[in-house]
Amino acid sequence: MTEPVLSVRNLQVEFASRRGTLRAIDDVSFDIAKGEVLGVVGESGAGKSVTGLAVIGLIDPPGRIAGGEIHLAGLRVDNLPAEEMRRVRGKRIGMIFQDPLTSLNPLYKVGDQIVETIRTHLSLSESAARRRAIDLLAEVGIPAPEKRIDGYPHEFSGGMRQRVVIALAICAEPELIIADEPTTALDVSVQAQIISLIKRLGRDHGTAVMLVTHDMGVIAETSDRVAVMYAGRVAEIGPVQDVVKNPLHPYAKGLMGAIPTLAGEDKRLVQIPGSMPRLSAIPRGCSFNPRCAFAFDRCRVERPEPLPRGTQSVACHLYDTVPAESAA
Amino acid sequence: MLAFTLRRAIQAIGVMIAVGIIAFSMFRFAGDPVNQMVGMDTSGAERAAIRKSLGLDDPVLVQFGRYIGNAAQFKFGVSYQFRLPVTNLLIERMPATLELAIVATIFAMLSGILMGVYSALRRDSWLAHVFQAVSLIGISLPTFLIGVLMIYLFSVTLGWLPSFGRGDVVQIGWWTTGLLTLSGLKALIMPSITLGLFQMTLIMRLVRAEMLEVLRTDYIRFARARGLTTRAIHFGHALRNTLVPVITVAGLQFGSVIAFAIITETVFQWPGMGLLFVQAVQNVDIPIMAAYLMMVSLIFVTINLVVDILYTIVDPRLRSTVSRAH
Repeated sequence: MTEPVLSVRNLQVEFASRRGTLRAIDDVSFDIAKGEVLGVVGESGAGKSVTGLAVIGLIDPPGRIAGGEIHLAGLRVDNLPAEEMRRVRGKRIGMIFQDPLTSLNPLYKVGDQIVETIRTHLSLSESAARRRAIDLLAEVGIPAPEKRIDGYPHEFSGGMRQRVVIALAICAEPELIIADEPTTALDVSVQAQIISLIKRLGRDHGTAVMLVTHDMGVIAETSDRVAVMYAGRVAEIGPVQDVVKNPLHPYAKGLMGAIPTLAGEDKRLVQIPGSMPRLSAIPRGCSFNPRCAFAFDRCRVERPEPLPRGTQSVACHLYDTVPAESAA
Repeated sequence: MLAFTLRRAIQAIGVMIAVGIIAFSMFRFAGDPVNQMVGMDTSGAERAAIRKSLGLDDPVLVQFGRYIGNAAQFKFGVSYQFRLPVTNLLIERMPATLELAIVATIFAMLSGILMGVYSALRRDSWLAHVFQAVSLIGISLPTFLIGVLMIYLFSVTLGWLPSFGRGDVVQIGWWTTGLLTLSGLKALIMPSITLGLFQMTLIMRLVRAEMLEVLRTDYIRFARARGLTTRAIHFGHALRNTLVPVITVAGLQFGSVIAFAIITETVFQWPGMGLLFVQAVQNVDIPIMAAYLMMVSLIFVTINLVVDILYTIVDPRLRSTVSRAH
């Protein structure tokens, strides 16, 4: 296998607060290969967005990357000087935020914002950048791009604005796109279009995509692999069809059970009891143990580390075969 | 856009007529003007003749109509104390006040925006804390006190700057300017700082608050994610969005700068409209007071109109709502 586009190893992100240091991301590792879409799923506060922001180097104080490494196609980016990291942002990593209505500066024409970004990263003349901007708008599916390029953001609908945001994210041909809840703020009918657009762009350009969402449906439709996050850790990671059909981690099982099916079985959806712990009160051992139906003594003392299990990898003591005495 | 401007202009005329009513009623509530004009020994017949020649015998509505009609042509009658047309007096004094107000506003805008941007971007630096302290002083100390303190320091103690007057002025047409002579410029320093200090602190605090607000927005975060330079983000994106409300406030404040000039002009014996007004109040010179009121209102209303139009130029969202609404 060739070198992954993005490789995150043992990432730790901490936030200094008045009540001490809170660890938002604890020992997270994953890879994304060229052209691959990795879905990152989890409840709010699981650390999905923070992981994305850490990769693009936009963790604001009081937060900081406290440990681990992030490599972008071989280049270590987590400790780059600010100015070099700025050059990586937008050029090699593109980012799409949740709310297209507020992502664009309302006082500038969309074309000017695209041209500005293009010219920041590529040495193109004003007119060449403008031609490229028109091509980009056409590529993301904006009709009459040569006219719309001189429109202001408020003249675009939500879905169209998200297309502009995507055009901005891909305008310098990045190797990696981080999409943070790109469809959450959109109409259901528009969601599918945006998802297929992101998927198509990833395929056409060989771009790796990190798709952060809490919507399992979106993940199932778009992703090649999926990482399930819980309380700042990766609970389970693996090919999307395996994780969806055969989740291993009790939390992932709960998540999959909570997806309604169209089969019409009059079955109650599974609900995971309790809620995710706050960062200031993460339990000892496995952070999921108070809510886990299968928890045993070891789960309350020792933190489970990721274990390979077929195509998947799962951080759960249930699959650790050595102390087999309590698995049953 | 044209319809919008026209509608605003009509509203402005309405406001001016309302101000005219107030200005006119001052004549009727401030005692008999004839008594102010004549001596103790004037006979009743002479008083009646003056009354008739001034049109004070006519019905109120006729007098009001005449007053508004004249005011529209910038005729405000004759000053009781100077026996000169009020319009001439005002025009003679206007350059002094406008120069002072404009210089004070430019000073307030430039330093206010610079200090505001700096203290928003370097929030924890010692200089930002100094600015905050200065702004607290500027906002809480009354204008006249600052003026008097500056006179004491720079004129009396150090002897660097003149304590009163405009210095030498140059006549250009009907306009007199102190901007072209050294003594005129020196004379302008303290009055314009005194007059602009309050606006400066106001603008600085507004810019700082707005800028911090804007820097937290999603589009700034997205601009950073696009890898734009810090400079482009701060001065291209954040500052422009900050300036939208600042323009309004600064523009509207220009009216109050002219109004506040009364105090500054009194402290520095600045030969402007404000000083003329204060003298007029002391002498119950109603025509000047009424004319001053109308002039200041006219300036206020005009600025309001200009700010409204400027606003639509800076913010494209307003442009479309404006054209959609009409």
